[in-house]
Amino acid sequence: MQLNIQRPILYSYFRSSCSWRVRIALALKGIAYDQIPVNLMKDGGQQFSAEFKAVNPMQQVPALKIDGITITQSLAIIQYLEDTCPNPRLLPQDPKKRAQVRMISDHIASGIQPLQNLSILNKMGERKMEWAQQCITSGFQALEQILQHTAGRYCVGDEVSMADLCLVPQVGNAERYGVNLGPYPTITRINKALLELEAFKVSHPSRQPDTPAELRS
Amino acid sequence: MHEQLAAVPRTESNWLVTCVLNIDFGGVVLYSLVPKSFLPPVPAELKGKEKPSSFISWAEPHTLTMASEKPILYSYFRSSCSWRVRIALALKGIAYDQIPVNLMKDGGQQFSAEFKAVNPMQQVPALKIDGITITQSLAIIQYLEDTCPNPRLLPQDPKKRAQVRMISDHIASGIQPLQNLSILNKMGERKMEWAQQCITSGFQALEQILQHTAGRYCVGDEVSMADLCLVPQVGNAERYGVNLGPYPTITRINKALLELEAFKVSHPSRQPDTPAELRS
Repeated sequence: MQLNIQRPILYSYFRSSCSWRVRIALALKGIAYDQIPVNLMKDGGQQFSAEFKAVNPMQQVPALKIDGITITQSLAIIQYLEDTCPNPRLLPQDPKKRAQVRMISDHIASGIQPLQNLSILNKMGERKMEWAQQCITSGFQALEQILQHTAGRYCVGDEVSMADLCLVPQVGNAERYGVNLGPYPTITRINKALLELEAFKVSHPSRQPDTPAELRS
Repeated sequence: MHEQLAAVPRTESNWLVTCVLNIDFGGVVLYSLVPKSFLPPVPAELKGKEKPSSFISWAEPHTLTMASEKPILYSYFRSSCSWRVRIALALKGIAYDQIPVNLMKDGGQQFSAEFKAVNPMQQVPALKIDGITITQSLAIIQYLEDTCPNPRLLPQDPKKRAQVRMISDHIASGIQPLQNLSILNKMGERKMEWAQQCITSGFQALEQILQHTAGRYCVGDEVSMADLCLVPQVGNAERYGVNLGPYPTITRINKALLELEAFKVSHPSRQPDTPAELRS
């Protein structure tokens, strides 16, 4: 009899930028997984169900069930995958470059995205689009500066890193909220280069199990 | 007798230009840039050759050391993100200098052109160390962990590491940014109510998570990066009048951590820029 090893399970929403980060990591590392979609809009938000709260008390996606545990917070998940599945690497070996990767990742994952995530936008009412644009614009202005010192082909040097996994979904958010990307040529260039890679394509919001038909590519 | 000199850069013609003279007067250390002519000549066997990177020299009566400055932390006494880094530096026994950045005065000193050159994100903390500037508290803390591994702030076991990061990120991405200064300033009259909502919502989830992870501290019985995030966030909760009654695990862990020297010496009430009326 064959041992039935369960594949990892990712709780994800097609359009969640934080979920997209993790989908990219799983694709890059060649880890097969199952997805359980959590629709953040339907039914008052499926993330608020008692069922999902048992998976993640924070009531957010993504959450990854893997190796007998459940991990939440996209960067914690990605770094667990890095610790347990080191190839290809998503964090450089050099401590200073690692710091740059983490700095950029955190700037996006703490400094931009949370300020414009769904629960905050819902509290902004009519000011929703304006608020999202302000948060992203302010964050991208700083990021464009930082990238002058760190970027090569990608965010930090010429290897894909965790920073790139944060950048692409955040640019996706920027486009969704109508932010003009003209002032950010480095961000734009890097985003374009990354979107040519298979892992960024296969994980794209337009190609997920829960992507609505009208948004599917 | 002359020994070799630590110098950057290392080619013979200019290797002494940027040498830092470290003069120790019984504990008071002066740093001084010295002109090339001041220093002993290059030993004959090294003329015309590239000098090794760990080339160190001293000449009586002065002690010349490696051109190493103490790290510089840009910090605000009351910034919870700055406090996280101060705890890490204290735990790892790393001496550093502080440059206070007052987030309230002068329209917010973080918005000065001078500070923007340090950190385009215009936020504290920022750490100048080993010739680079790092921003984002958890990136700083993990750099310190990578370069100064004792005592460790992240467990070796990958699953426990994931728990530490999960809790740290829950606080550092899921709670604090929603109630930081720039957001609160946009909330106007709703400021306190908003801060309380963000923290309450985050602490409800955190209290649940800690049921699965906590020992003496957030993850097991060793102090970790998660604890460095917890204590300052409880500080914020207290400042914004959040009732901590519903969070006995958070309260217990916070109390245990505040008994540790590193959490005391880094406390907002004991910083160079703490106002007199808040100083303990």
